[in-house]
Amino acid sequence: MAGAALFGRRMMWRVGTVVALQDETATARTITLKVPDWPGHIAGQHVDVRLTASDGYSAVRSYSIASAPNSEGRVELTVERLPNGEVSPYLTQEVAIGDPLEVRGPIGGWFVWRSEQTEPVQLIAGGSGIVPLMAMIRSRAAVGSAATFRLLYSVREPGAVWYRDELQALSDQNRSVALTYAYTRVAPKGWPRAPSRIDAALIAQTTWPSNLCPTCYVCGPTSFVERAAGLLTTIGNSPDKIRTERFGPTGDRK
Amino acid sequence: MNSHTCHYEYLDGNAAAGELSNIFTMDVTAAKGQCAHCGATKRFAEAHVYMQAPGIVARCAVCEHVILRFVTTRQRVFLDLRGMTCLILDTSQLIDSGQ
Repeated sequence: MAGAALFGRRMMWRVGTVVALQDETATARTITLKVPDWPGHIAGQHVDVRLTASDGYSAVRSYSIASAPNSEGRVELTVERLPNGEVSPYLTQEVAIGDPLEVRGPIGGWFVWRSEQTEPVQLIAGGSGIVPLMAMIRSRAAVGSAATFRLLYSVREPGAVWYRDELQALSDQNRSVALTYAYTRVAPKGWPRAPSRIDAALIAQTTWPSNLCPTCYVCGPTSFVERAAGLLTTIGNSPDKIRTERFGPTGDRK
Repeated sequence: MNSHTCHYEYLDGNAAAGELSNIFTMDVTAAKGQCAHCGATKRFAEAHVYMQAPGIVARCAVCEHVILRFVTTRQRVFLDLRGMTCLILDTSQLIDSGQ
């Protein structure tokens, strides 16, 4: 891997090649890219993807990186198909193995989890907001970090969960990633909590006590992030320990 | 279901970072910006960013005052930072080469 820091250099567009495709749900697909001269990334960062039509029209969208940092120039993105999206239908339905894809990144130095961090980590995902948090969970496992993680993952229904098996496996392993699902529309049969948005009781019961001073990462649609971050503050977490990343249909993001 | 279609929903500074990398070679999401209106100093990642426009508008997460406007045309880039008294780019948070 190139050891050069990105600092001081303009970020350039690189042409990656699609090397694998995997459906996560009926509407979401993971695209694995090999990117030549990829400088490496940190869990939580994102990339911009640029599609250019034959007439020169181009569209740029941001997608979080799902994969753990690695030295192979491998970048995984999980993309949800949005009904009227310009970019996501192509990425989830048409792109094929061997296709080139322009990417710029990695981007962002704030919404990141670095393997040197040892404090407890609270992750809260709304829907496809799981992606950068999954990179953190994978990164934690890859480096054998002793930092204790909790994930609260809010989804509409059981079928909308991404990375389910892997999350379960990582959660079972030494019980070091505690996993809580919250369903907003449809819950599995016999689920103890009626389908509803996350609320104060759920946050209080399932997230780290604030006196442990966890670093909190919240990612999802804007309204979800506002709500979750507000609830974390209410139970005593310092706003300085809460890092947020918002996205929405606006930018076809994630 | 259509409740979100009649008003602009903001994103945050993370979403603008790719475009701003055309100007800033250092990471802007971890940078701290001081709002010229209310004086709050926040990470740029926390700014409320509106992208459904001909350019990018970032507003202070505390008082919603405009702190950055960024417009790209065919030949030029317009950057208006008068809403920020200071932008502090943290050189200890350099995006290094990862692991």
